[in-house]
Amino acid sequence: MATQQTHSLARFMMAPSVILLFIWMIVPLVFTIWFSFLQYNPLNPIRDGFVWFSNYKLFYSNPAFLQSILNTLTIVVSVLAITVVGGILLALLLDQPIWGQGIVRILVISPFFVMPPVAALVWKNMIMHPQYGVFADIARFFGANPIDWFGQHPLTAVILIVAWQWLPFATLILLTSLQSLDEEQKEAAEMDGAGFISRFIYLTLPHMSRAITVVILIQTIFLLSVYAEILVTTNGGPGYASTNLPFLVYQKALLEFKIGQASAGGVIAVILANIVAFFVMRAVGKNLDK
Amino acid sequence: MARAVTTRHKTIATAAAWIVALLIFFPILYTIITSFKSEQEAIQGFSLLPSGTMESYTEVEAQRGYFKFFLNSVVLSVGSTVLALVIAIPAAWSMAFSPTKRTKDILMWMLSTKMMPAVAVLFPIYLIFRDTGLLDSRVGLTVMLMLINLPIVVWMLYTYFREIPGEILEAARMDGASLWNEIIYVLTPMAVPGIASTMLLNIILAWNEAFWTIRLTTTNAAPLTAFISSFSSPQGLFWAKLSAASTLAIAPILIMGWFSQKQLVRGLTFGAVK
Repeated sequence: MATQQTHSLARFMMAPSVILLFIWMIVPLVFTIWFSFLQYNPLNPIRDGFVWFSNYKLFYSNPAFLQSILNTLTIVVSVLAITVVGGILLALLLDQPIWGQGIVRILVISPFFVMPPVAALVWKNMIMHPQYGVFADIARFFGANPIDWFGQHPLTAVILIVAWQWLPFATLILLTSLQSLDEEQKEAAEMDGAGFISRFIYLTLPHMSRAITVVILIQTIFLLSVYAEILVTTNGGPGYASTNLPFLVYQKALLEFKIGQASAGGVIAVILANIVAFFVMRAVGKNLDK
Repeated sequence: MARAVTTRHKTIATAAAWIVALLIFFPILYTIITSFKSEQEAIQGFSLLPSGTMESYTEVEAQRGYFKFFLNSVVLSVGSTVLALVIAIPAAWSMAFSPTKRTKDILMWMLSTKMMPAVAVLFPIYLIFRDTGLLDSRVGLTVMLMLINLPIVVWMLYTYFREIPGEILEAARMDGASLWNEIIYVLTPMAVPGIASTMLLNIILAWNEAFWTIRLTTTNAAPLTAFISSFSSPQGLFWAKLSAASTLAIAPILIMGWFSQKQLVRGLTFGAVK
């Protein structure tokens, strides 16, 4: 019968994707978990051996690990706060009738398409540079002392750059959701005398709640692994002030060759990501049932 | 009837929107402007009027060999996207048109692979690449980028394919079309727009990928992400050159991005917001 044939063909067509992704996910991950229980240094093979959980113990005994987790969470939470609140406000503004809406949209969405190293370097050198940056020019114009962003507020600087990159994403998705709000509903609410604020709280915000959830979840996944922005601006410093978990793992693995510790960091990163992933899957999965 | 909009309301909204939009766009605009300045001009304080010199552009190519990196970016992003499409189209097709009980689970599982942080597998991947001679090779990086974007490609195609009405397929089947004829003559023409959108978004994502492209390359296969990152080491002031290199690196993708706003929403929210 045709269905039997169709089903085996379907399986055959799906196989390459499934097998490739399976290998890509499982093989390296098994290695990482195995390495995380080892004392393993490619440069010093004499001291190699199985050390159970001592790599993991570093996460509450070594200040660098603790700080990197704290920094990771600070970046995620701050950028989310800036982009979601800013995104809602911007979406509301762009949803108004304005002249040149198409161009405005293009200008607002643009930062999202700038590759992370370019975004970071442009901000580092031309905007935030304590001597020649635009911020410094502005500060001097008002007679203030320019701020040494990367020396004194490295984490804030990184957060600002990352927020600039993700604000367009939040805005675009929230705007898309806003524009699918029924015009008639809005009119009805207006007829009933609902003001802008109460319309926003009782009509617009509930309508956007799904899109807001999606923005938060998807951004969290990407924000947990901010890397290039740190590499080209602060290089994690001063000290560990702007080192997040991905950056620490990179340092331990490829600069210090402390593979055991790096792998333990990787496993912690997976656990962090999985907590978020659980909620993402629920949000996206609900949509599949429709 | 449309809501009555006063001119005053529209004027205020327009002014506010343009000010905010220009502020957000400013770092990009200033980069473009600076790229037409000389190195001396670039550090002489704030100015929106460049002298219009092209020397930074010629020097970026002459001193740093810009074009090679640009070519690598093109090869890697287009190559990985085409490869991903070849693998993903059959998968998405079968999931959209002959779904089984497990289709949803498979889709969710694919999505979950996208959520694995890259650092978690950094060292094993590095080892595998080193031992197989794939470090700094275009082939290795193309496969890598393909794997990273494969879940998004499958998902996007799936959401597009699912919108193709099943009745058309049934009608074709009634007329005696074989499975392959069905794919070639009925489905493909209807699927082309979705495939094109998927392709566009994934070229953008691959072009801007800035973890593996930096860590797995040194010179041969290094794309623009690695090239630009090399400007981070302090070697004196070179902002006009940095701006020229940056402008060239983002211009093609910026323009593609402007055309893909809708696909971006669908692709990056896995169809949850359309």
